[in-house]
Order: sequence, then structure tokens, then C-alpha cells
Amino acid sequence: MLGIMIGVAAVILLVALGNGTSARLNEQITSLGTNLIGVLQSRGSVATSGKTQPLTDKDVKALQQDTQGPRFSSVTPVKQASAVLAFQNSLWRTSIVGSSREYLTAFHRTMAAGNFYTDGDVNTSNRVAVLGPKPVERLFGGRSVDALGQTIRIGRQSFQVVGVLVPNGLNDDIAVMPISATRNYLVGGGDTVDQIVVEATSQATVPPTMNKITRILMDRHKVHDPDQKDFEVRSNLELLRQYTQVSDVLTLFLFIIAAISLFVGGIGIMNIMLVTVTERTREIGIRKAVGARRKAILKQFLIESVVLAGVGGLIGVVVGVGLSLLGKTLGASFGQFAPPELSAGSVVLAFTVSLCVGLFFGAYPANRAARMRPIDALRYE
Amino acid sequence: MIQLEGVTKVYRAGAAEVRALDNVDLTIKAGELVAIMGPSGSGKTTMMNILGCLDSPTSGRYLLDGIDVSDLDDDQLADVRGRKIGFVFQSYNLLSRTSAVVNVELPLLYSNTRSRRTRAAAALAEVGLADRAEHLPNELSGGQQQRVAIARALVTEPAVLLADEPTGNLDSTASGEIARMLVKLSDAGRTVVLITHETEIASYAKRVVKLLDGRVVADSGGPDKNRHGAGDRDAAANGNDAGDGVSVTEVAN
Repeated sequence: MLGIMIGVAAVILLVALGNGTSARLNEQITSLGTNLIGVLQSRGSVATSGKTQPLTDKDVKALQQDTQGPRFSSVTPVKQASAVLAFQNSLWRTSIVGSSREYLTAFHRTMAAGNFYTDGDVNTSNRVAVLGPKPVERLFGGRSVDALGQTIRIGRQSFQVVGVLVPNGLNDDIAVMPISATRNYLVGGGDTVDQIVVEATSQATVPPTMNKITRILMDRHKVHDPDQKDFEVRSNLELLRQYTQVSDVLTLFLFIIAAISLFVGGIGIMNIMLVTVTERTREIGIRKAVGARRKAILKQFLIESVVLAGVGGLIGVVVGVGLSLLGKTLGASFGQFAPPELSAGSVVLAFTVSLCVGLFFGAYPANRAARMRPIDALRYE
Repeated sequence: MIQLEGVTKVYRAGAAEVRALDNVDLTIKAGELVAIMGPSGSGKTTMMNILGCLDSPTSGRYLLDGIDVSDLDDDQLADVRGRKIGFVFQSYNLLSRTSAVVNVELPLLYSNTRSRRTRAAAALAEVGLADRAEHLPNELSGGQQQRVAIARALVTEPAVLLADEPTGNLDSTASGEIARMLVKLSDAGRTVVLITHETEIASYAKRVVKLLDGRVVADSGGPDKNRHGAGDRDAAANGNDAGDGVSVTEVAN
């Protein structure tokens, strides 16, 4: 019966965990925008042949100005770096993102305080920065209001904090600044960009949008063979699909484990029932002697095994639901896992399966009881 | 009512063969009260088990109310055991974890009868145990358990009552009561066959069949000297016509 309990509790908890994780993943990727497409410099074999051209502002402009085919909601250049932020006595190394003012909308972020920088700031290479919640936590004790207007050092230069971002669970340890400022004060590199982020108009237009980007850039980079392109175009949607696939496989795997433990539980039930039937041999003989048909004896013992399994299943449900709710209220994730999302369907399924296990594994012992010859059963000591 | 024709029961114990019953012929009419007697190992219990459809003969026929029992399937046999036959076992065979009244109810349960509790309670009252209905068997004396077993055998109002040493554990008062009850049942039309080793009890029966080594060696069709109760008038009325079985000189006990 312990096996049934564990199996049922496991199914419920694991389905809940699985649900929670995929819900969280979905949430995160959706919040990042499933319409987002990233263009990066290729890291494949083409790169080693020396023919790669980096992505540049001109590429960005080309994308922004092309009017053929599906429209882009936005085209955002991104330059990445790493630097140490300093304020009074606190130091914190964080990721630096240099980008245009479209960054805010393209990456689906909102302001917790202050304002994002403007086109003007980009044009004048103004030393302004928008901090993510992690640097604010480290330098200003989490008080966004205190951060506004302050001057901090980024690398060797002073920057003014003009805004603070609302956390999104994925990119909270960053500082965003005008791309021009990144080039002038932090990393240099002329007019190259590390990444171009294109926002498609909808999930449906992502594939044709990706095709358009590839076409434009192949043209610009004078590449005629798609296999030879020196850039990569990737969409968040693909990423989501890949994650979902992995999580599905994982869930299946965990399901199999739960199924095995239910099976083991079933064997346990069968053993208990076999012992019970043997111990009650005389009783079975008496019942047959006073008129019990085979079916009546069969029914009697099947009901017992189903009830036995059902009780185990019920306890498993209580344990599984309890652990899931506990996990949920403990709120924060255990490392990688998101808080479990209880699924009523899994509870019903697991409990029903436990009853079926009782029926299936109780059949053999019940049959043995039904087939006993009354005279032999009565003589049993 | 009951006909055994050439019934033989053989047990194989390894290489050896044990003939528990050897070519037994016996006919019992409806309403007869028959006592089966004989030393240990004479085949009495084996014969009762066959009569009660709990066991089947190795060869020969058993006709119950004209029907050859070997033609019946398992479900039909179960029905016969539940409705047509009432069996009182020597070791009572009560369910130890259920109360007396539920024990008595058991045959009714399997014959799908309504108002079981009422009928079971009535049967218990007939054996004088109405006040012990809720007791468990281990809370009852041997004699009381015996009476519960009898009540259970009677609760379906079967045509045939088979009793294996029904007074084996009873004192003389209780024994007498049970014996008189059996006579009453027989007078009311039921066929009663009982195994006993006490001549006192056997004397209540109109007919005594003696077994030895699996064979019928004596069968008194007629009335006995020490009849009690309503037996005397039966003796006068029926004379010797109850003895359809083999009539051989009585073997002295």
C-alpha cells in the first residue's frame, strides 16, 4: 500500500512541478516577447574561413528602411559589455547593454522609477544609464527613488542614473545606456553591433519576418549561398518550442517513474491479498458451503483490494496535494524549479489509476479465492 | 428425496488408495429422520459431505430430489448448498469476526433474500438464543455456538438438513433439546440426516444406518424401542415401510 501512496503522491507532485515549471518558462519567454528575433554574428565554420563581416549600424539602418515584405515593429541594435558600477562605498560588476531607446519596448520592460533615455541622448552620446533592480539593490539598498539622479561610476566614467527598471526575472542584473555612450566610454569597436533585435508584428509573422531579415542581410553582406551566411537569425518562439519539448520529455520521464512505483504498489496489493485469501481459507469454505457462488467470493475480495488501493491512493492524494500547496506557499523556487501548480486533473487521474491498480492486481488473489473447493477450504487449518 | 447409487469415494495418499466409501446404495424419503452411525473412519463424514454437495463421488450417482448432482455446474451447486440444504458442521464453522445474527444471515445473503435480519433473528429465537444475537462466537459457549450453527442451517428453510454430530459438545439437557427440535423439523416435513455416536440421540431417529469401512452394514427401516416424543405414533402408522435401503442383520455395537 505504501507503493500506491508514493506513486499517487509522486504523480500529483511531479505533474504540479512540471506544470509550474512550464508555466514559469512560458511566462518568462512570453514576457520577453515571442515575437522577438535576434540576429547575431555567426559562430559557425564560416567564421573560421575569415569571411565574416560583423553586424553594423548600416545593417540596422538597412533593416529599418526596407519596405518590402512584412513590417517590423521595431529594430533595436544591442551592444554588450561588462563593467563595474561604483557608488560611494559599494561596488558591483554588472552586464552593460548599449542600445537605442527602442530597447524598453522591444524587451518588454517597464520603468519602476524615472524615465528611459531618449534619441537625443543617443545622438549626443549622453552619459546616462537606466539601472536594473539588481544593481539598485546592491548600490542603493533597493530604494529606486534614492537611485534617481545620482551619479555613479561605470568603468572609468561617471554616469547619471535616469531610470530604474521593473524586474522581469531574467535580465535584472543590467545597466542600459545609449549605444553611443557604450562605444565612446566602454568598449569602442566603431560602428559594430553585437546583436540586432527585430520585433515581428505577431507570432504568426515571425517566420516570414525571419526570411526577410535573412534576405536583406545576405544582400548587404554579399552572400549568395544561405549556408555561407555569416550571421544567425533566431527567434524566441523556437526557443520556447525547444524548452517545451525538453520539459515534455522530462515530464514523461518522471511520469514513468511514478508509473513504476504504482506498479510496485500493485504488486504489494497482490501480495497482501494473497496472504489475506490464504488466511481466510476456512471462511471462504464456510461461505461457499452456505451458498456463495464464485462471483460472490470474487466480488468480495475485489472490493477489498480496490478499497485497499483506494485508501493508499487517498493518502497519496493528501500527501501530494499537501506538498504541492506547501511548495507553492513557500513561494520562491527551489533553484531551477518554479512553484508547483496543482492540477485537478492529475489528482483525479492518479486516484482513478490507483483504484484500477487495486482492481487489476487484486484479480489474481480474488480468482484463487473464488476457485477454492469448499471441502478443501473447510479442512484448511 | 435422496438417492445414493453405487457411490464410491477413493482418496489417493501417495501410492496407497483409501476407499472412504465403497459402493454405497442409500435411499432416503422426504420427511425421514435418519441417524448415521459407525466407528471413526467408517465414511460417515465423507457421505455427509457428498450429500451436502461439498464433495463429489469418485464413481456412482447422487440424486437429490430426482436431479443428478453431477450434472450441475458450480453456480447451481452453490445454489443447492444455499437453498436446498442446511449443513450443521461438527466444528460449527462460524465466522469468528461476525456476530451470531450475521452468521445466521449468511445463507440469506447469498440467496439474495430481503429482510434478512428479521428472518435471522427469528431463527435464532427458535434455537433459544434471541438474547445473544449480537455476540461474537468466542463470547458464546460450545453449545450456544452449536445452536447458532443450527439456526444458520435452518434460516433458508431448506428441504434437507444434514447435521454432523450436532450434539457432540452439548450436555445432556441441551442435547435432548436439539434432538427434540430435529424430530419436530422432521415431523414438519423436512428430511433430516444426522451423524451421531450417541445411541441416546440415535434413538430419536426413525431409522438408523450403520456404516463400517465405507459400506452400509445395517439399516433399520423401522421404529426403535426407545422412541421419545411423537415417534410412537409414527411407529404405529408407518411400520417398516421406511426401510428402502439394504436391510441386513444389525451389527452389535
